[in-house]
Amino acid sequence: MAFTNAHIIPVEGPEIQRGTLLVQNGKILAVGASVEVPKNALIQDCSNQVIMPGLICTHSHIGGWGGADRSGPIQPDARIIDALNPRSSGWKRALAGGLTSLNVMPGSGHLLSGQTVYLKLRPGVGTIGEMAYRFPDGSPMGGIKMANGTNPQGAPPFPGTRSKAAALVRQKYLEAQKYQRDLEAVEKGGEAPPRDLGLEALVEAIEGKRVVHHHTHRADDIVTVLRLSEEFGFRLVLHHVSEAIMVAEEIAEADVPCSVIMIDSPGGKQEAINLSFETGRVLDEHGVKVAYHTDDYITDSRYFFRSAALGIRAGLARDTALASLSLHGAEMMDLGGQIGSLVPGKDADFVILSGDPFSIDTRVQQTWVEGDLAFDLANPSDRLFAEGGFGGSNEVNPYMCCTKNECEGCAQ
Amino acid sequence: MNTRHTFMSLFMLVVCSITSAETIFVFGKEIHPVTKPVIRNGVVVVEDGTIQGVGPASMVDGREADRVIQASVVVPGFVDARATVGLTGQFNHEHDQDHLDTSEAMQPELRAIDAYNWKERLVEWVRGFGVTTVHTGHSPGELISGQTCIVKTAGRGLQDDLVQTCWGVSATLGEGAQRSGGSPGNRSKAVAMLRQAMIAAEERLKNRSDSGEGNLFRNLREEMLEDIASGERPLIVHADRAFDISAALRLKEEFGLDVVLESAAESHGMIDAIKAANVPIFLHPTMARGSGERLNVSFTTAAKLRKAGVPVAFSTGYEAYVPKVRVLVFEAAMAIPYGLSREDALAMITIEPAKILGIQDRVGSIEPGKDADLAFFDGDPFEWITHCEGVMIDGQSFEQKPR
Repeated sequence: MAFTNAHIIPVEGPEIQRGTLLVQNGKILAVGASVEVPKNALIQDCSNQVIMPGLICTHSHIGGWGGADRSGPIQPDARIIDALNPRSSGWKRALAGGLTSLNVMPGSGHLLSGQTVYLKLRPGVGTIGEMAYRFPDGSPMGGIKMANGTNPQGAPPFPGTRSKAAALVRQKYLEAQKYQRDLEAVEKGGEAPPRDLGLEALVEAIEGKRVVHHHTHRADDIVTVLRLSEEFGFRLVLHHVSEAIMVAEEIAEADVPCSVIMIDSPGGKQEAINLSFETGRVLDEHGVKVAYHTDDYITDSRYFFRSAALGIRAGLARDTALASLSLHGAEMMDLGGQIGSLVPGKDADFVILSGDPFSIDTRVQQTWVEGDLAFDLANPSDRLFAEGGFGGSNEVNPYMCCTKNECEGCAQ
Repeated sequence: MNTRHTFMSLFMLVVCSITSAETIFVFGKEIHPVTKPVIRNGVVVVEDGTIQGVGPASMVDGREADRVIQASVVVPGFVDARATVGLTGQFNHEHDQDHLDTSEAMQPELRAIDAYNWKERLVEWVRGFGVTTVHTGHSPGELISGQTCIVKTAGRGLQDDLVQTCWGVSATLGEGAQRSGGSPGNRSKAVAMLRQAMIAAEERLKNRSDSGEGNLFRNLREEMLEDIASGERPLIVHADRAFDISAALRLKEEFGLDVVLESAAESHGMIDAIKAANVPIFLHPTMARGSGERLNVSFTTAAKLRKAGVPVAFSTGYEAYVPKVRVLVFEAAMAIPYGLSREDALAMITIEPAKILGIQDRVGSIEPGKDADLAFFDGDPFEWITHCEGVMIDGQSFEQKPR
């Protein structure tokens, strides 16, 4: 299938003023200004439209709520995939916002709230497993969600101070290191330790298979995370990072990427009072890899473009802004070779926009996942999820619908 | 509005005229008076904190000013139709949250000005995005939570910033007003309690007028309920579900209340009824989350209400978490791709809220005689990537790093 006459933003490589995107079997076959379109190809004319990679959110909470329960502050055995509903309307709203891949995570009310899952928003699937990216061993791909600062604090067994929080984490990772040694000893004829699903997941973090996605706001909390990461060797993406500007050099030196939240005003809690629109720009200037995230439900997936646009407002370079919605997020999820840019061989995940991605007037017209049309604004039922209205914002069926003519967008 | 408030407003104007006696020319490549067509290469002439004239730049040829400001785009200072900023602060803990006292279901005597912190950093924050006037006060969350006030965002002090001591009284219908284990415990009880309070107030008023006696022992709560019952004081009803909006319209009709709807997430489904009742709306932020009672919220509501001719203004409302205060111009901008014109979006954060609030003689447009409240942008105010370069309030400039 060929998408012709489009302004194409490949993210990797320069923007193409008038080009063609060629897709076959769910993969990108060719991208460029002078792509030869095969005679048997279906052609969609995209004049006056913009095509860019499907958006990737490194931090989302849609599709259900799960992960650790209140029994303790560190629960690496809890898997978010076991709590997600494949029929959630949240996926439809995310597609309406141009998102095609997500890191869905448990929350920040724990030091370690469980295993996250990387999902591709494949339309029409019946199980969450069909949406999950896979590790080479076939298991669902994801990271580990951790948090520090005030969110995970509480009455025992939850920590009451930052020192206690770090102590609990440190002790747990020491336990995981011992478990790792016990597992290694098995190969030399030692006795296998009893299986512990939580410690297994932490060993996967120590060994670099699972990335630790770490919620953190205050500068000192960010540095604490860097310290723990260095101490135990887990790979890290820092999330939210309200005060990252204050420790940008330390973050750059540790070579740790940042997934930034964009909130319309500072505060909401003490540790976020220095939140700044400039965080993305300053980190980028320090050579730190930057992505934005929705934290949906905190900010809605349908205006994820806006997060990067506000970054530009604060001086972020356009190219970085584009990558921060796509390729950089893919790389933070170890999926940079498969998604995040429009280059031959990658998955055909892309959005068709009515105009420039950072203009207020622009709307997502279509979202394609692996060459399949997953969202189409021209389809009334898709449009309902793009715009909201009775039945468009929630799983609950419309309780009162279409009693008046003005209820145009209602689900039929 | 009653005479007490009019007197206060006049008093404020006198104070301002003493503090800023200068002539300022504000040149703009684009000036949006809002009530008149856009002026290219225009000027706003400010004298003594008041707009003296607006027109083509040539109109000041040969004249001198104490101060000259050059701006790209000049718009009226924005008016936030309904917020809680100043009663709610950035830290979001008990020490800076004075928007809601939960000790009783109905406390109309609580005054907003007794809790408004003009030095709150979030007041400065919204000013940095063009808001110069804000209708703020007690939040939704109790059947009647307290009063609202109108202030300028200058941060000069309560008396200097105050536009109106008490504008209306905040009420809530729906789940937000329900008290676990107490009353109101459900929707019927909430409306029953309001109805009883209005009947009692009407009877007190009637008895006093029959006996010809004044109110010897003042009861501030009863006085405010009487003001509401007599239609002198607006009752701001926070209601999102369609059936809660209906209840508000019934109360208005039954008692002749001056009802203004707040939030009104499902108003898109009952536009005819709202229009027939002639009720204005302080609309929820466009980016309000579609959860809880706002489950059926739509990005298209602003455009639909405006198109239907319902008096409607954007508001930032109350946020329990983040963003602790919303940016008004962003909320208006978000309605533009969903059918709202830029002209309407601008009107709904300037002259429309001013009209609903009854302060259109002072703010909401760039016209001679109005307060010199302006906002300066380096491009289209509604684009995400342009900047607010500062504001002017009563002729006083608040400069900033472009935001």
